[in-house]
Amino acid sequence: MAEADKTGLKVLVADDTDTDRMILESIVKKEGHRVIGARDGLEAVEAYERERPDIVLLDALMPKLDGFGAARQIKALAGEELVPIIFLTSLTDTESLVQCLDAGGDDFLSKPYNRFILQAKIKAFYRMREMHATMLTQRDQIVLHNEHLLQEQTVAKQVFDNIAHTGCLDASNVKHYLSPLAVFNGDVLVAAVSPSGSMMVLLGDFTGHGLPAAIGAMPLATTFYGMAHKGFSLTDILREINQKLKNILPVGVFCCATMVDINFRTRRLKVWNGGLPDCFLRRSASGTVEPIRSTHLPLGVLSNKDFKDDCKHFELNLDDRLYMWSDGIHEARNQAGEMFGEERLEAVFADNVQADQLFEDILNHVQSFVGEGEKDDDLSLVEVRVDTPENIQSKGVDVNYVVDRGLLEWNLDFEVEQTSFRYLDPLPVLLNILMEVPGLRQHSGSLYTILSELYSNALEHGVLGLDSAMKETPEGFGEYYKLRTQRLEELKQGFVGFRFYLATSPTGGRLTVQVRDSGPGFDHDAKMANDHTLEGYSGRGIPLIKTMCESVKYLGNGNEVEVVFVWDNDDDR
Amino acid sequence: MAISSSISADGNELTIAIEGRFDFSAHQDFRNCYESLSKVPTSYLVDMRDTTYLDSSALGMLLLLRDHAGGDSASIKIVNCSPDVKKILTISNFEQLFSIQ
Repeated sequence: MAEADKTGLKVLVADDTDTDRMILESIVKKEGHRVIGARDGLEAVEAYERERPDIVLLDALMPKLDGFGAARQIKALAGEELVPIIFLTSLTDTESLVQCLDAGGDDFLSKPYNRFILQAKIKAFYRMREMHATMLTQRDQIVLHNEHLLQEQTVAKQVFDNIAHTGCLDASNVKHYLSPLAVFNGDVLVAAVSPSGSMMVLLGDFTGHGLPAAIGAMPLATTFYGMAHKGFSLTDILREINQKLKNILPVGVFCCATMVDINFRTRRLKVWNGGLPDCFLRRSASGTVEPIRSTHLPLGVLSNKDFKDDCKHFELNLDDRLYMWSDGIHEARNQAGEMFGEERLEAVFADNVQADQLFEDILNHVQSFVGEGEKDDDLSLVEVRVDTPENIQSKGVDVNYVVDRGLLEWNLDFEVEQTSFRYLDPLPVLLNILMEVPGLRQHSGSLYTILSELYSNALEHGVLGLDSAMKETPEGFGEYYKLRTQRLEELKQGFVGFRFYLATSPTGGRLTVQVRDSGPGFDHDAKMANDHTLEGYSGRGIPLIKTMCESVKYLGNGNEVEVVFVWDNDDDR
Repeated sequence: MAISSSISADGNELTIAIEGRFDFSAHQDFRNCYESLSKVPTSYLVDMRDTTYLDSSALGMLLLLRDHAGGDSASIKIVNCSPDVKKILTISNFEQLFSIQ
């Protein structure tokens, strides 16, 4: 069909009157079309089957099988394909003409034939036939594409499920609902137990739908699980996720999220909400509900410098329940297009009599509100109940194992050799290692100060023998650093060694840093006693460190110094 | 680490922006910013928006700037400090010498 242009069609002409048929055939042939003739309805059907013409012209009244019968059979044989049938008739009464169309005819043409009208109709119907064929092809392509898409989503979903496994969402005190392809609605829910025994839950809702919304969920989930298990704090994890999302997502794509840290031992709750609807904290004793509002921008919007990680803190009691949801619940629409809204949600809480049923109540109310529409497309809901740690069962993780993990200790020696002082800055390397210690990340500023002051002192005073008294005048200050560069160039021997002793427990830790240098040392007792009067342009390093560390002391000749840095993971509460 | 500076249209205010770590290696660049000017500005602005850390030699450099700008009569604002940077400045009591925002 496709190869025929408008003048080279195959036209079936069926008429039992030979003269009529011949007149018609000659009109059609003159236009350059090929004609297949038939003398009755049966012949017409046979010819159709054999030749598959583009257009059929059927006389209404014919022996053996009339035009109406033939039209029905031809339409049935054609199936989805559009074969235009034009009835040829000398009948002019309305009923007969209607009958032509009812039988599957697409048009009729009254005898005697008007040649121009016939030609115009053939052209018009051929156009329609082509359009129909195009539509069928496109429909088939759409079906195919949709199958592909579903297949891809299934695979993607499997990959995603492996990465964003449900963690400890199966815990006996947690109920959650997430529609099956929620990730393609941009919803993501992850939960883990940290080494200190806290349960961390993050519910996120990426802007948009489909693949763009799903793609950010992967780094979010890997970062969350990677860090939560190592014991990084809620704020460390949020900052890391924020940084990752900010880097990878295009502007305008971000993730509204709520993250909570619930410690079942101390019964404390820490909440960060950036852009999701209020979470509800339902108190078991009074049955009242405390909304926890979003006070932050979503993840992936601000650079980490401007990112705010302050959290809200709550004391919890046994059987208090925390509810987190994405806006799918609030925005669920009934058939009239109304949204479920916050008031209805509050009413569910007010009407609830059995707290154990509250989770199901919410889901049921939303689902019956939506009715048979597009329900559970976008619903994400989590309930966490406060229970004693011993009562919490989870297949995925042992909620209690962590408490006994106790102390983690390591030490590290690191020495910078004389060949490398000029090129190597050891601070970033060392700081990177320390930043892998959960709990230390939020102290990066202090640690940098401590390491850089100790290293500068060891290198400049110890290895290079520079005297800070030089720095008393502006000219001396410049001279000091000129000399520093010069002596580094000429350096023949020397080293600076770092030694770290680290001990961490789930609640905090202690980092001891010793820095040794190859210099002769100095009279540290005298110096520590009367120095640091804070005049001139130097001498501020050690006083700075002293405010940050538990202790600072010089050992041996004074070419070795030891500082102890102590932190408490609860400090940020 | 990168130091950049710009002078206001009337030549009265010098802005110095420090990117990355502010330590001894910035010393020459930092001094050049204010020593090379033909007209002495009446006020100074040190923008720490992109400063990640600063060490004690940077404190010394800030004091050098202060003395250059007239010591006790100097008008120097330090702005956009991150919490880490602010902490160092506060511990060293620099808010008594500079206007820190």
